Amino acid sequence: MKLSEIIDKLGLNKIVDFNGDIEITDAYASDLLSDVMGNAKSGQIWITMQTHKNVAAIASLKDMPAILIIGNGNPDKEMIEHARNEEICVLVSPEPSFHVCGKLYHLITGEN
Amino acid sequence: MFVENYIILLPVKIKADLHIHTVLSPCGNLAMGPLAIVERAKELGLDIIAITDHNSTLNVEVVSKIAEKEGIFVLKGAEVTTKEEVHCLCYMPDSKKLKEFQEFLESKVIFFPNSVDKFGYQLVVDEEENILDEVPYLLINALDLSINELQKKVDDMGGIFVPAHVDRKDTSLSSQLGFVPEDLKFDALELSPYAFRNNFFERFPWFKGYNYITDSDAHFIEDIGKVHNNFEIDQIDFINIKKAIQQAPKY
Repeated sequence: MKLSEIIDKLGLNKIVDFNGDIEITDAYASDLLSDVMGNAKSGQIWITMQTHKNVAAIASLKDMPAILIIGNGNPDKEMIEHARNEEICVLVSPEPSFHVCGKLYHLITGEN
Repeated sequence: MFVENYIILLPVKIKADLHIHTVLSPCGNLAMGPLAIVERAKELGLDIIAITDHNSTLNVEVVSKIAEKEGIFVLKGAEVTTKEEVHCLCYMPDSKKLKEFQEFLESKVIFFPNSVDKFGYQLVVDEEENILDEVPYLLINALDLSINELQKKVDDMGGIFVPAHVDRKDTSLSSQLGFVPEDLKFDALELSPYAFRNNFFERFPWFKGYNYITDSDAHFIEDIGKVHNNFEIDQIDFINIKKAIQQAPKY
Protein backbone atom coordinates (compact mmCIF):
# COMPACT_ATOMS: atom_id res chain seq x y z
CA MET A 1 0.00 0.00 0.00
CA LYS A 2 1.22 3.49 -0.81
CA LEU A 3 2.33 5.68 2.09
CA SER A 4 -0.15 8.41 1.09
CA GLU A 5 -3.00 5.92 1.34
CA ILE A 6 -1.85 4.78 4.80
CA ILE A 7 -1.74 8.44 5.91
CA ASP A 8 -5.35 8.92 4.76
CA LYS A 9 -6.71 5.71 6.22
CA LEU A 10 -5.07 6.21 9.63
CA GLY A 11 -5.84 9.94 9.69
CA LEU A 12 -2.22 10.88 10.36
CA ASN A 13 -1.00 14.42 10.79
CA LYS A 14 1.70 15.25 8.23
CA ILE A 15 4.56 17.27 9.76
CA VAL A 16 7.04 16.68 6.94
CA ASP A 17 5.56 15.43 3.69
CA PHE A 18 7.71 13.18 1.50
CA ASN A 19 7.63 9.73 -0.08
CA GLY A 20 3.83 9.55 -0.50
CA ASP A 21 4.21 7.34 -3.57
CA ILE A 22 6.45 4.79 -1.89
CA GLU A 23 4.97 1.32 -1.51
CA ILE A 24 5.02 0.23 2.15
CA THR A 25 5.14 -3.47 3.01
CA ASP A 26 6.43 -3.42 6.58
CA ALA A 27 7.01 -1.31 9.69
CA TYR A 28 9.20 -1.41 12.80
CA ALA A 29 8.10 -0.24 16.26
CA SER A 30 10.76 0.62 18.83
CA ASP A 31 11.83 3.46 21.11
CA LEU A 32 15.39 2.26 21.61
CA LEU A 33 17.45 3.82 18.84
CA SER A 34 20.23 1.29 19.34
CA ASP A 35 17.65 -1.43 18.60
CA VAL A 36 16.45 0.33 15.45
CA MET A 37 20.03 0.77 14.26
CA GLY A 38 20.58 -2.96 14.66
CA ASN A 39 17.27 -4.47 13.58
CA ALA A 40 15.08 -2.19 11.46
CA LYS A 41 15.10 -2.73 7.71
CA SER A 42 15.19 -0.42 4.73
CA GLY A 43 11.74 0.64 3.49
CA GLN A 44 9.95 0.18 6.82
CA ILE A 45 7.88 2.87 8.53
CA TRP A 46 9.36 3.54 11.99
CA ILE A 47 6.81 3.82 14.80
CA THR A 48 8.13 5.49 17.94
CA MET A 49 7.46 7.99 20.70
CA GLN A 50 11.02 9.35 20.64
CA THR A 51 11.18 12.85 19.16
CA HIS A 52 14.91 13.61 19.35
CA LYS A 53 16.84 14.69 16.26
CA ASN A 54 18.77 11.39 16.28
CA VAL A 55 15.54 9.65 15.18
CA ALA A 56 15.68 11.44 11.82
CA ALA A 57 19.40 10.71 11.47
CA ILE A 58 18.89 6.99 12.09
CA ALA A 59 15.86 6.82 9.76
CA SER A 60 18.07 8.31 7.07
CA LEU A 61 20.92 5.91 7.88
CA LYS A 62 18.56 2.91 7.69
CA ASP A 63 16.81 4.22 4.58
CA MET A 64 13.39 4.33 6.25
CA PRO A 65 10.93 6.53 4.31
CA ALA A 66 8.72 7.60 7.23
CA ILE A 67 8.73 8.19 10.99
CA LEU A 68 5.38 7.78 12.72
CA ILE A 69 5.26 9.43 16.16
CA ILE A 70 2.52 8.05 18.38
CA GLY A 71 0.55 9.55 21.29
CA ASN A 72 0.47 13.05 19.82
CA GLY A 73 4.20 13.43 20.44
CA ASN A 74 5.78 16.72 19.54
CA PRO A 75 8.83 16.24 17.27
CA ASP A 76 11.78 18.50 18.15
CA LYS A 77 12.33 21.27 15.62
CA GLU A 78 15.86 19.96 14.91
CA MET A 79 14.31 16.60 14.07
CA ILE A 80 11.85 18.21 11.66
CA GLU A 81 14.64 20.16 10.02
CA HIS A 82 16.81 17.08 9.65
CA ALA A 83 13.93 15.03 8.23
CA ARG A 84 13.18 17.77 5.71
CA ASN A 85 16.82 17.85 4.57
CA GLU A 86 16.92 14.07 4.28
CA GLU A 87 13.47 13.89 2.64
CA ILE A 88 11.94 11.67 5.29
CA CYS A 89 8.20 11.83 5.98
CA VAL A 90 7.26 12.70 9.59
CA LEU A 91 3.78 11.72 10.77
CA VAL A 92 1.95 12.06 14.08
CA SER A 93 -0.93 9.96 15.40
CA PRO A 94 -2.93 10.82 18.52
CA GLU A 95 -3.32 7.12 19.31
CA PRO A 96 -1.02 4.98 21.45
CA SER A 97 1.47 2.57 19.92
CA PHE A 98 -0.58 -0.64 20.22
CA HIS A 99 -3.53 0.82 18.33
CA VAL A 100 -1.38 2.40 15.62
CA CYS A 101 0.56 -0.84 15.13
CA GLY A 102 -2.62 -2.94 15.05
CA LYS A 103 -4.34 -0.78 12.46
CA LEU A 104 -1.23 -0.46 10.31
CA TYR A 105 -0.66 -4.21 10.43
CA HIS A 106 -4.16 -4.86 9.06
CA LEU A 107 -3.71 -2.25 6.35
CA ILE A 108 -0.36 -3.54 5.15
CA THR A 109 -1.03 -7.28 5.34
CA GLY A 110 -4.72 -7.13 4.39
CA GLU A 111 -5.42 -9.61 7.20
CA ASN A 112 -8.33 -9.08 9.55
CA MET B 1 79.72 6.22 38.88
CA PHE B 2 76.44 5.83 40.70
CA VAL B 3 73.73 8.00 42.03
CA GLU B 4 73.45 7.72 45.75
CA ASN B 5 70.18 9.46 46.35
CA TYR B 6 67.48 10.27 43.92
CA ILE B 7 63.89 11.36 44.19
CA ILE B 8 61.15 10.25 41.87
CA LEU B 9 58.50 12.94 41.60
CA LEU B 10 55.08 11.37 41.38
CA PRO B 11 52.09 13.54 40.61
CA VAL B 12 49.49 13.45 43.37
CA LYS B 13 46.71 11.08 42.43
CA ILE B 14 43.27 11.93 43.70
CA LYS B 15 40.76 9.07 43.88
CA ALA B 16 37.24 10.02 42.85
CA ASP B 17 34.02 8.00 42.56
CA LEU B 18 31.54 10.41 40.99
CA HIS B 19 28.31 8.39 40.91
CA ILE B 20 26.85 7.21 44.24
CA HIS B 21 23.20 6.82 45.28
CA THR B 22 21.72 7.15 48.77
CA VAL B 23 18.53 5.97 50.52
CA LEU B 24 16.77 8.72 48.55
CA SER B 25 16.94 6.67 45.34
CA PRO B 26 14.20 4.02 45.40
CA CYS B 27 16.68 1.48 44.05
CA GLY B 28 19.30 2.56 46.62
CA ASN B 29 19.81 0.06 49.44
CA LEU B 30 18.50 1.12 52.87
CA ALA B 31 22.04 0.82 54.20
CA MET B 32 23.07 3.72 51.90
CA GLY B 33 22.80 6.31 54.67
CA PRO B 34 25.19 9.26 54.75
CA LEU B 35 27.26 7.95 57.69
CA ALA B 36 27.76 4.55 56.07
CA ILE B 37 28.66 6.04 52.69
CA VAL B 38 31.28 8.36 54.17
CA GLU B 39 32.71 5.60 56.39
CA ARG B 40 33.15 3.32 53.38
CA ALA B 41 34.64 6.11 51.25
CA LYS B 42 37.15 6.77 54.05
CA GLU B 43 38.09 3.07 54.33
CA LEU B 44 38.75 3.01 50.59
CA GLY B 45 40.80 6.20 50.65
CA LEU B 46 38.51 8.05 48.24
CA ASP B 47 39.28 11.78 48.17
CA ILE B 48 36.18 12.83 46.24
CA ILE B 49 32.72 11.28 46.06
CA ALA B 50 29.72 12.58 44.18
CA ILE B 51 26.20 12.10 45.51
CA THR B 52 23.89 11.59 42.55
CA ASP B 53 20.39 10.39 43.39
CA HIS B 54 17.74 10.02 40.72
CA ASN B 55 16.15 13.40 39.88
CA SER B 56 16.81 14.82 43.35
CA THR B 57 19.54 16.49 45.37
CA LEU B 58 17.87 16.33 48.78
CA ASN B 59 20.49 14.10 50.48
CA VAL B 60 23.54 15.83 49.04
CA GLU B 61 24.17 18.43 51.74
CA VAL B 62 23.89 15.97 54.63
CA VAL B 63 26.52 13.68 53.09
CA SER B 64 28.66 16.72 52.33
CA LYS B 65 28.60 17.89 55.98
CA ILE B 66 29.63 14.48 57.30
CA ALA B 67 32.28 13.96 54.61
CA GLU B 68 33.84 17.35 55.25
CA LYS B 69 34.75 16.27 58.80
CA GLU B 70 36.62 13.31 57.32
CA GLY B 71 38.44 15.37 54.73
CA ILE B 72 36.43 13.95 51.83
CA PHE B 73 35.11 16.34 49.19
CA VAL B 74 31.53 15.83 48.02
CA LEU B 75 30.73 16.86 44.47
CA LYS B 76 27.10 17.94 44.57
CA GLY B 77 24.74 16.62 41.95
CA ALA B 78 21.96 14.41 40.68
CA GLU B 79 21.44 11.72 38.06
CA VAL B 80 18.68 13.17 35.93
CA THR B 81 16.37 11.11 33.67
CA THR B 82 15.56 13.04 30.48
CA LYS B 83 12.41 12.52 28.42
CA GLU B 84 14.40 10.27 26.07
CA GLU B 85 15.11 8.20 29.24
CA VAL B 86 18.82 8.97 29.09
CA HIS B 87 20.44 9.18 32.55
CA CYS B 88 22.74 12.21 32.90
CA LEU B 89 25.03 13.20 35.75
CA CYS B 90 24.72 16.89 36.58
CA TYR B 91 27.04 18.50 39.14
CA MET B 92 26.58 21.97 40.62
CA PRO B 93 29.31 24.41 41.73
CA ASP B 94 27.90 25.27 45.17
CA SER B 95 25.00 24.90 47.61
CA LYS B 96 23.14 27.89 46.24
CA LYS B 97 23.16 26.54 42.69
CA LEU B 98 22.28 23.08 43.98
CA LYS B 99 19.15 24.47 45.63
CA GLU B 100 18.23 26.31 42.45
CA PHE B 101 18.80 23.12 40.46
CA GLN B 102 16.51 21.20 42.86
CA GLU B 103 13.73 23.71 42.21
CA PHE B 104 14.31 23.36 38.48
CA LEU B 105 14.08 19.55 38.67
CA GLU B 106 10.87 19.76 40.72
CA SER B 107 9.33 22.05 38.10
CA LYS B 108 9.89 19.36 35.43
CA VAL B 109 8.43 16.38 37.34
CA ILE B 110 5.70 14.29 35.73
CA PHE B 111 3.92 13.21 38.90
CA PHE B 112 3.57 9.47 39.43
CA PRO B 113 3.14 8.28 43.02
CA ASN B 114 5.92 6.08 44.40
CA SER B 115 4.94 2.61 45.53
CA VAL B 116 7.33 1.59 48.29
CA ASP B 117 6.54 -2.11 47.80
CA LYS B 118 7.36 -2.03 44.12
CA PHE B 119 10.15 0.53 43.87
CA GLY B 120 11.54 1.09 47.37
CA TYR B 121 11.85 3.90 49.91
CA GLN B 122 12.81 7.45 48.90
CA LEU B 123 14.10 8.87 52.17
CA VAL B 124 15.50 12.28 53.02
CA VAL B 125 17.65 11.93 56.16
CA ASP B 126 19.66 14.04 58.60
CA GLU B 127 23.21 13.66 59.96
CA GLU B 128 22.10 11.01 62.48
CA GLU B 129 20.25 9.20 59.71
CA ASN B 130 16.84 10.12 61.14
CA ILE B 131 14.15 10.21 58.47
CA LEU B 132 13.13 13.80 57.74
CA ASP B 133 10.90 13.24 54.75
CA GLU B 134 9.79 10.75 52.14
CA VAL B 135 9.50 11.90 48.52
CA PRO B 136 5.95 10.99 47.39
CA TYR B 137 6.52 10.86 43.61
CA LEU B 138 8.60 8.25 41.83
CA LEU B 139 12.09 9.66 41.33
CA ILE B 140 13.26 7.30 38.58
CA ASN B 141 10.63 8.53 36.11
CA ALA B 142 11.58 10.68 33.14
CA LEU B 143 11.32 14.43 33.59
CA ASP B 144 9.56 16.64 31.05
CA LEU B 145 12.90 17.78 29.71
CA SER B 146 14.99 16.83 26.68
CA ILE B 147 18.67 15.95 27.00
CA ASN B 148 19.64 19.08 25.05
CA GLU B 149 17.49 21.30 27.29
CA LEU B 150 19.02 19.72 30.40
CA GLN B 151 22.56 20.22 29.10
CA LYS B 152 21.84 23.86 28.38
CA LYS B 153 20.42 24.44 31.88
CA VAL B 154 23.43 22.80 33.57
CA ASP B 155 25.81 24.80 31.40
CA ASP B 156 23.98 28.07 32.15
CA MET B 157 24.32 27.32 35.87
CA GLY B 158 28.07 26.75 35.57
CA GLY B 159 27.69 23.03 36.28
CA ILE B 160 29.27 19.86 34.91
CA PHE B 161 27.31 17.64 32.51
CA VAL B 162 28.17 13.98 31.97
CA PRO B 163 25.80 11.48 30.26
CA ALA B 164 25.87 8.46 32.61
CA HIS B 165 26.97 4.85 31.95
CA VAL B 166 26.77 5.30 28.18
CA ASP B 167 27.58 1.60 27.66
CA ARG B 168 24.40 0.37 29.39
CA LYS B 169 21.76 -1.46 27.39
CA ASP B 170 19.04 0.71 28.91
CA THR B 171 18.69 4.32 30.08
CA SER B 172 21.90 5.36 28.33
CA LEU B 173 22.92 7.59 25.45
CA SER B 174 23.78 4.51 23.37
CA SER B 175 20.56 2.59 24.05
CA GLN B 176 18.14 5.51 23.81
CA LEU B 177 19.72 7.68 21.12
CA GLY B 178 22.05 5.25 19.32
CA PHE B 179 24.94 7.64 18.97
CA VAL B 180 26.22 10.90 20.45
CA PRO B 181 24.04 13.73 19.04
CA GLU B 182 26.38 16.01 17.11
CA ASP B 183 24.99 19.15 18.74
CA LEU B 184 25.13 17.85 22.32
CA LYS B 185 27.80 19.43 24.52
CA PHE B 186 29.19 17.64 27.59
CA ASP B 187 32.24 17.72 29.85
CA ALA B 188 32.84 13.97 29.52
CA LEU B 189 30.94 10.73 29.10
CA GLU B 190 30.74 8.08 31.82
CA LEU B 191 31.40 4.34 31.56
CA SER B 192 29.93 1.76 33.92
CA PRO B 193 32.32 -0.70 35.59
CA TYR B 194 31.25 -3.31 33.00
CA ALA B 195 31.95 -1.42 29.75
CA PHE B 196 35.07 -3.33 28.74
CA ARG B 197 33.86 -6.73 29.93
CA ASN B 198 30.81 -6.22 27.71
CA ASN B 199 32.93 -5.11 24.72
CA PHE B 200 31.15 -1.76 24.48
CA PHE B 201 33.64 -0.16 22.13
CA GLU B 202 33.55 -3.17 19.79
CA ARG B 203 29.75 -3.01 19.65
CA PHE B 204 29.59 0.80 19.44
CA PRO B 205 32.87 1.88 17.77
CA TRP B 206 31.36 5.31 17.03
CA PHE B 207 31.60 6.03 20.79
CA LYS B 208 35.41 6.01 20.52
CA GLY B 209 37.38 9.24 20.79
CA TYR B 210 35.58 10.91 23.70
CA ASN B 211 36.81 11.64 27.25
CA TYR B 212 35.52 9.12 29.77
CA ILE B 213 35.17 9.00 33.53
CA THR B 214 34.38 5.63 35.12
CA ASP B 215 32.30 5.34 38.28
CA SER B 216 30.70 2.71 40.48
CA ASP B 217 27.06 3.87 40.24
CA ALA B 218 26.85 2.33 43.73
CA HIS B 219 23.41 1.46 45.09
CA PHE B 220 24.95 -0.78 47.78
CA ILE B 221 27.71 -0.01 50.29
CA GLU B 222 29.99 -2.76 48.96
CA ASP B 223 29.89 -1.24 45.45
CA ILE B 224 31.25 2.18 46.45
CA GLY B 225 34.64 2.71 44.86
CA LYS B 226 34.36 -0.53 42.85
CA VAL B 227 35.97 1.57 40.15
CA HIS B 228 37.29 5.11 40.49
CA ASN B 229 38.96 7.92 38.58
CA ASN B 230 42.54 9.03 39.23
CA PHE B 231 42.73 12.79 38.93
CA GLU B 232 45.89 14.86 39.10
CA ILE B 233 44.68 17.83 41.11
CA ASP B 234 46.72 20.13 43.38
CA GLN B 235 43.79 21.58 45.21
CA ILE B 236 40.42 19.84 45.42
CA ASP B 237 37.66 22.25 44.47
CA PHE B 238 34.85 22.40 41.92
CA ILE B 239 36.84 24.21 39.23
CA ASN B 240 39.75 21.75 39.40
CA ILE B 241 37.39 18.76 39.39
CA LYS B 242 35.62 20.19 36.34
CA LYS B 243 38.96 20.52 34.55
CA ALA B 244 39.96 17.00 35.54
CA ILE B 245 36.66 15.61 34.21
CA GLN B 246 37.14 17.48 30.93
CA GLN B 247 40.64 15.98 30.69
CA ALA B 248 39.55 12.45 31.61
CA PRO B 249 41.18 9.67 29.57
CA LYS B 250 40.17 9.28 25.94
CA TYR B 251 39.09 5.84 24.76
